[in-house]
Amino acid sequence: MSVPSKEGLVLLSGNEAIARGAFEAGVKVASAYPGTPSTEILENFARYEGVYAEWAPNEKVSVEVAIGASMAGVRALSTMKHVGVNVAADPIFTASYTGVRGGLVIVAADDPEMHSSQNEQDSRHYAVAAKIPMLEPSDSAEAREYTLLAYELSERFDTPFFLRSTTRIAHAKGAVRLEAPVVPPVEPGIVRDAAKWVMLPVHARWRHGLVEQRTLALVEYAETSGINRVEPGDRSLGIITGGVSYQYVKEAFPAASVLKLGMAWPMPEKMIRDFAAGVDRLVVVEELDPHIETHVKALGLKTHGKDLIPICGELDPRIVREGITGEKAPAHSPERVPNRPPNLCPGCPHRGLFFVLNKLKAIVSGDIGCYTLAALPPLSAMDLCVCMGASVSAAHGMEKALGKGAHGQVVAVIGDSTFLHSGITGLIDIVYNRGKSTVIILDNGITAMTGAQENPSTGKTLQGQPTHRIDFVALCRAIGVEHVYPVNPHDMEATEVVLRREMAREAPSVVITQALCALLPEHRRAERPVYEVSTAACVGCKACSKLGCPAIEWVAYTPEEAAAAGKKSAQKGVTRINPLLCDGCGQCPPLCKFNAILEKKR
Amino acid sequence: MSVKSGNIFLAGVGGQGTLLASELLSEAFLLAGHDVKNSEVHGMAQRGGAVTTHIRFGPKVYSPLIEPGCADLLVAFEKMEALRFVHYLAPGGVVVANTQEIQPPSVLRGLELYPGDIEERLRAAAGRLFLVDALSAALALKEVRAVNVVMVAAASHFLPLPAQAYEDALKLRLPAKILDVNVAAFRAGRELLSPTGGAA
Repeated sequence: MSVPSKEGLVLLSGNEAIARGAFEAGVKVASAYPGTPSTEILENFARYEGVYAEWAPNEKVSVEVAIGASMAGVRALSTMKHVGVNVAADPIFTASYTGVRGGLVIVAADDPEMHSSQNEQDSRHYAVAAKIPMLEPSDSAEAREYTLLAYELSERFDTPFFLRSTTRIAHAKGAVRLEAPVVPPVEPGIVRDAAKWVMLPVHARWRHGLVEQRTLALVEYAETSGINRVEPGDRSLGIITGGVSYQYVKEAFPAASVLKLGMAWPMPEKMIRDFAAGVDRLVVVEELDPHIETHVKALGLKTHGKDLIPICGELDPRIVREGITGEKAPAHSPERVPNRPPNLCPGCPHRGLFFVLNKLKAIVSGDIGCYTLAALPPLSAMDLCVCMGASVSAAHGMEKALGKGAHGQVVAVIGDSTFLHSGITGLIDIVYNRGKSTVIILDNGITAMTGAQENPSTGKTLQGQPTHRIDFVALCRAIGVEHVYPVNPHDMEATEVVLRREMAREAPSVVITQALCALLPEHRRAERPVYEVSTAACVGCKACSKLGCPAIEWVAYTPEEAAAAGKKSAQKGVTRINPLLCDGCGQCPPLCKFNAILEKKR
Repeated sequence: MSVKSGNIFLAGVGGQGTLLASELLSEAFLLAGHDVKNSEVHGMAQRGGAVTTHIRFGPKVYSPLIEPGCADLLVAFEKMEALRFVHYLAPGGVVVANTQEIQPPSVLRGLELYPGDIEERLRAAAGRLFLVDALSAALALKEVRAVNVVMVAAASHFLPLPAQAYEDALKLRLPAKILDVNVAAFRAGRELLSPTGGAA
């Protein structure tokens, strides 16, 4: 964390600020599954003294852990990315009925623009659907402040609270003033109360009535508490906004009247009516779906919204200004340069596996992780990717749809952490329903995509403490898969032999690729060779380039340059290995028929 | 950029340490008493892809994002990335770009050429252009990962803070075992260019 400036301010990301707010609120139990842009909340919270924090196998488990902690009378936190809310929706909708004892806050981190996500869903819909109030900070300072407030309100109104963040809150930094932690008012301990906590229909019917009364009380709070505020200005333009969009509005229209909603649900009806009555032109500015706009229109008010402001992607001040004024700013068009999409790292073990799958022309049912990048050329070895765990079940679905037509062609690929998140149930389905699919578990010793988090197969907890390590071979055998084979994906020849055999097998099989993520410190520390291309031997056939390794560069030749280099004038160039990038994985040398890739002498 | 407010746009390739660079700059502005916000992207974008960070400082900063045409200073950790984001530069703005070239996938595979005219195009688009060889400066210190601090140092000539503010920020943010090499990298980076002339 940052060190306080002269004014006692520290620089925190939204995620660091939420972690700080939870610490100051006296949260004792926090559980999460990592997911961009939410991951750093738990990583930072775990560093505070006297708290418990854990990586759960998935978001549903994380929310259930938090519910148990809340029932036990301590303040509890569960954090996830937007799509994680889908996984956790089951406990969330009923936790709305049970309410809380210790304050319970669920952070939903949305990713407008899909910087690192498979869809752009708007979590505010969950607040409406689950009847759970939602606070929405607009910068790091509010992220800390609203987290503290959410705990106080959670206990006061006997409800879980959502805190919604977006990428430009979570991963934006701003100045935050810190305070000392408070002692929560609730006493830890179990208070038996079946009518509140055991959601039999007879209890749930009663609780549902309380939920509806609670929402009315929260509307009253939204009207009067100051969480929503009017910033009076020029009456010719009134803007209703919230979250990071508020910052863009202030930048684009510093003089406008603004109604800032710090509470995304429920909404202050009277406040909105009064604000609308006091301005000539009303516009709602919000990222993604017309959540506020729909509510304003439901009050019978006339407003602009998604007719002016895009529904897709994230906003910025220019988009807001141009949308509302209808005037295009001078164009600042980008220069044309080659694209630079993300790529698997040099030395990534996934590259070896997907090179083989490409060679085998396998139909690859994919999943969520770094390896989803293998869908891009030149590996081009993924045909489906929907959500965490879907690779396994969808491969089974393809096989059942096509029968013999699919046999020997379809594989599922899924990372270690993703398999534990929600791939296990799919594998059970395959075995139980007499499927024949081949599932490949990519065990690289870490949850890599989100920046190297521990998981139940790494043998370490969030804090790096040693713990039981899941044995994938034993787990798959226990499910009923008889054929389970570990391979080293850097050894592509051996991997190909095993895959050909298992894909052809008339029984379910699991292949486990075992090689550490190239970014892990224990891998970086290990003695590794560096390879180089013998320019004299290279014929420019590009066989090694088909790996798509960032370290294997192409040096283009003109006919004159080729001749000068002693090559045939038709040779278009040679490859070169960048010694700063080469990880020494050894995947490329066997691909060269001309033995031009050699270990570099030290 | 004025002494009181400004927009700094950092561009690089995932893995080059742009995040630490933005931390150092933002921290230095906060320590000097400015309001400051920055915005970056983690996750998928980091895997060797183009990465950017927006830093804004002033008496009161609202948006964490810089609009195209509004950056006072563009600091590019890789040469082609300077060109990719030069449209963010304000009229008369300054570009400080590393001469290091990292091939993107299409160039690695020989499908496209790495542009040979980057310097000319940057010169046409930017008020002032400074190209520096940050990679050689970092390699001279036997620490390739120090490219980011070398670039921060080179760019610091155009920011309204004394060099000491960044060294203070380095001391606050870096673990002791890598502090010395980064302080040396900062000093080497300061020497790489003279703001009144060209690159040294």
